[in-house]
Amino acid sequence: MCDNCGCGQPGENVTFRKPGENKEHTHSHGGVTHSHTHGDHDHDHSGSREIVIEQNILQKNDLLAERNRGYFEAKKIFAVNLVSSPGSGKTSLLEKTIRILKDKCSFYIIEGDQQTMLDANRIEKAGAPVIQINTGAGCHLDADMINKAVKSLEVKDNSILLIENVGNLVCPAMFDLGESQRVVIVSVTEGEDKPIKYPDMFQSSDICVINKTDLLPYVDFDVEKFKEYACQVNPDLKFFELSAKTEEGMEQWNRWLQERD
Amino acid sequence: MHELSIAVNIVEMIEDNAEKEKALNVDIFEIDVGTLSGVVIDALEFALEEAVKDSVCSKAVWKINKIEAKAKCRRCGHIYSVDDYFSPCPKCREFGKEILQGKEIQLKSITIE
Repeated sequence: MCDNCGCGQPGENVTFRKPGENKEHTHSHGGVTHSHTHGDHDHDHSGSREIVIEQNILQKNDLLAERNRGYFEAKKIFAVNLVSSPGSGKTSLLEKTIRILKDKCSFYIIEGDQQTMLDANRIEKAGAPVIQINTGAGCHLDADMINKAVKSLEVKDNSILLIENVGNLVCPAMFDLGESQRVVIVSVTEGEDKPIKYPDMFQSSDICVINKTDLLPYVDFDVEKFKEYACQVNPDLKFFELSAKTEEGMEQWNRWLQERD
Repeated sequence: MHELSIAVNIVEMIEDNAEKEKALNVDIFEIDVGTLSGVVIDALEFALEEAVKDSVCSKAVWKINKIEAKAKCRRCGHIYSVDDYFSPCPKCREFGKEILQGKEIQLKSITIE
């Protein structure tokens, strides 16, 4: 989202950078300034006519997302949109996945954060081509940002594109990126009531990863209760329980990525 | 605060349509917002105040219609009103449902001169 006017387009403060690049890529943006006074308007309405529109307001993003989806399908790119609250372990999961599978699969990573290159640098170290999108004040990635990032990354056919969205359990739910699958990640240090507190994200996801299971003996997280809540919101949700730290449970996740079902 | 980007999208959509119709002014615009759309109507109202400034609809009156969500039970086919995704079918207690309406955010109409 443009943080200047909130127009849903990348604003000047949305940057795309690969690790090692110092120069920021900015793009032109018709500087819209919205300032006026909301005065009274007692004018004649006799020449008015009503036009029925009935258009979806997110149509622009949805159309761009469908364009991305068609591109991914044609090039056999498996695009995964990873969403979660901040700190659930998305980047750690990506690092481990890349380290374990990089000889078997071709990975490309898009990192979304409001600020810093920290995540992209971690991913580069793990051994995958990566681009960092800094959204500035923006709270989510959108289809247009993905389109630009994919072009810059030069994603090859038959590869796996992992998109780490901005850590936010609310806004990214509404913005289709054109992904093949949406994966919501929850760590056991969060409450098991997250699915019913933030239902949109769980309702719109295909897969749910429960991360940091190595901490289960120390926290009050009830895995079965969590799954029960999540299935109330979305009975089709498929679960993986794992610890990106100890790698316990990673095999099923890795197999799913490789088999792309 | 995605309501601001939604408000700006609404104004852009109104401007595109107003231009197509060669309208001088937009007097009224009407929006449908479903109760499961993820949009908070109060936040949208607040964002619209800003978004309409200096646009063709800067003096327009807007109307936001709240569309109550309806779901169809996946098991028994019963159609019922829902406020959330996680309430079961009142007849058979099944959670699986198809949302029939209530996810929409659409620009319904504009009144121009």
